[in-house]
Amino acid sequence: MNYIDQTVVMKKTNTRRLKNKLAKGMFFLSTLFGVVVLFILIVRIISQGIGWIDLDFLTGKLSTQVDRAGIMGAILGTLWLMVVVAPVTMIIGVSTAIYVELYVKNSKVKSIIQTNIANLAGVPSIVYGILGLTLFVRLLDFGNIVLAGGLTMSLLVLPIVVVASQEAIRAVPDHLSEASYGLGATKWQTIRRIILPAALPGILTGAILALSRAIGETAPLVVLGIPALLIPFPGGIFDTFTVLPMQIYYWTLDSSLVAEYANLAAATIVTLLVCLFVLNATAILIRNKFQKKY
Amino acid sequence: MSTVVQNNTQKLSVVNFNTQQQAVYQTEKLNLWYGQVHALKNIDLSIGYKEVTAIIGPSGCGKSTFLKTLNRMVELVPGVRISGEITYNKTDILHESFSVEELRTRVGMVFQKPNPFPKSIYGNIAYGPKIHGIRNKEILNSIVENSLRQAYLWDEVKDRLHQSAHELSGGQQQRLCIARCLAIEPDVILMDEPTSALDPNSTRQIEELIKELKKDYSIVIVTHNMQQAARISDKTAFFLNGEIIEYDQTNRIFTQPTDQRTEDYINGRFG
Ligand SMILES: Nc1ncnc2c1ncn2[C@@H]1O[C@H](COP(=O)(O)OP(=O)(O)OP(=O)(O)O)[C@@H](O)[C@H]1O
Ligand SMILES: [Mg+2]
Repeated sequence: MNYIDQTVVMKKTNTRRLKNKLAKGMFFLSTLFGVVVLFILIVRIISQGIGWIDLDFLTGKLSTQVDRAGIMGAILGTLWLMVVVAPVTMIIGVSTAIYVELYVKNSKVKSIIQTNIANLAGVPSIVYGILGLTLFVRLLDFGNIVLAGGLTMSLLVLPIVVVASQEAIRAVPDHLSEASYGLGATKWQTIRRIILPAALPGILTGAILALSRAIGETAPLVVLGIPALLIPFPGGIFDTFTVLPMQIYYWTLDSSLVAEYANLAAATIVTLLVCLFVLNATAILIRNKFQKKY
Repeated sequence: MSTVVQNNTQKLSVVNFNTQQQAVYQTEKLNLWYGQVHALKNIDLSIGYKEVTAIIGPSGCGKSTFLKTLNRMVELVPGVRISGEITYNKTDILHESFSVEELRTRVGMVFQKPNPFPKSIYGNIAYGPKIHGIRNKEILNSIVENSLRQAYLWDEVKDRLHQSAHELSGGQQQRLCIARCLAIEPDVILMDEPTSALDPNSTRQIEELIKELKKDYSIVIVTHNMQQAARISDKTAFFLNGEIIEYDQTNRIFTQPTDQRTEDYINGRFG
């Protein structure tokens, strides 16, 4: 019995090691590519925009005069948009996930719903804009208000929340819900007290992803006709509004007319990035807090 | 034991077993199918009041299925069909209008793998009473203490009631699960191989506990361990391929079984 010929093994060892090193090198270069590009991008944006950010810029009104322009309106608009998007997507998204994962018994029906949700996640955002325009702005006659934009955005990011929540719910081990049923709990009690708490970190992760997407998304709002004009600060969800990405979009468009607009756009991007960063950080903190509990 | 659990839609008559002869459970022509699989075939069995009934048999013979039918947990599996009759304390529990939630407060269940909730020790025990509407802190505290004492766990955990239940050892977790089940003050406890995931020492503790609990509860226990069945049970049922082959006093089953297949099984000749 001598299946392994040591001399052959020795000969092949070198090529095997070389391949091993090559593989590692390739993975490293791929990672490096992404990191470097991102780094250059961020450095460029920051160097271009950082000098323009000051308190007046953050709290000021929009203006055609470059050194008097501020983005308070867009910041408030983004916040109000979140006020609509966050609860709408959380409630509808988590409920949908609960229904599909825990109530639908027929596996065919389940896979049909599943496929649909997955497809919805792949629909280009501009299509949601068209839907929002037809449904909320025209048919329901809301006009260009926060509510219309928020509902449109909610539709857009809903699949993210649904899919993440479904995965989180599925990951809760069956033996936990069995223990709960075994003690005489109803389905709703089991969902509320056992399944949802255990799935919460996953659900929150999905919600954060969804909100980050909604904060940065521009195309659907362009379709809705959200202006970046000299409109008053929005004070509620029934006011007209603009958001940070729209502001970036218009300033970038017009930077061929006034060169400094490019700097204003960069400054706004930095602000938007900071917002996203803060949002993600908070969310991670919340998630860790819930995970650490037990 | 008085029943702390108050329930408006009570359909079971108040528990009133007065003779030792009385059966808690009685099944008649009980059949169960998982889709096409005929898992229980014409089971006729009566389970005695304040007795330990052991269910033995080779893997896949339907022991767990039978146990889960007794508290209707088996219905969580999609595509299950049941026919026949199960009476619990003279009430037909397979009747459509029967509330499974209520049945499960009378019949507790302990699973093969310890399955504490990702909550504190206290939270685990208090879960059952809470879902049945008990909010009073003092009542909850005394339920937690009593249940843990009954499961001989109190002394080991009394100083860390608010720590995670997952920090306990496997054996302690299983006793916690038993305590959790005692907290809803059931009449019957169903146990599905409660010691198969435990070391010999924890197993011995659980067996002692079962002997102690027998004084107050009727217990049905599935086990693969012949010595365990012989040590702790009053009656033993031998299942094979979804049928009951033999059901008798434990000492008779183990000393003079009437069926050859029973004899072969308990002597380790198959299974
Ligand atoms: N969820 C299910 N779906 C389909 N068939 C099942 C399911 N659970 C059990 N069965 C089948 O029913 C039969 C009895 O299973 P059961 O789990 O009751 O056996 P058991 O006696 O508890 O076995 P073990 O000793 O291995 O736990 C087996 O043939 C099994 O394949
Ligand atoms: Mg089993």
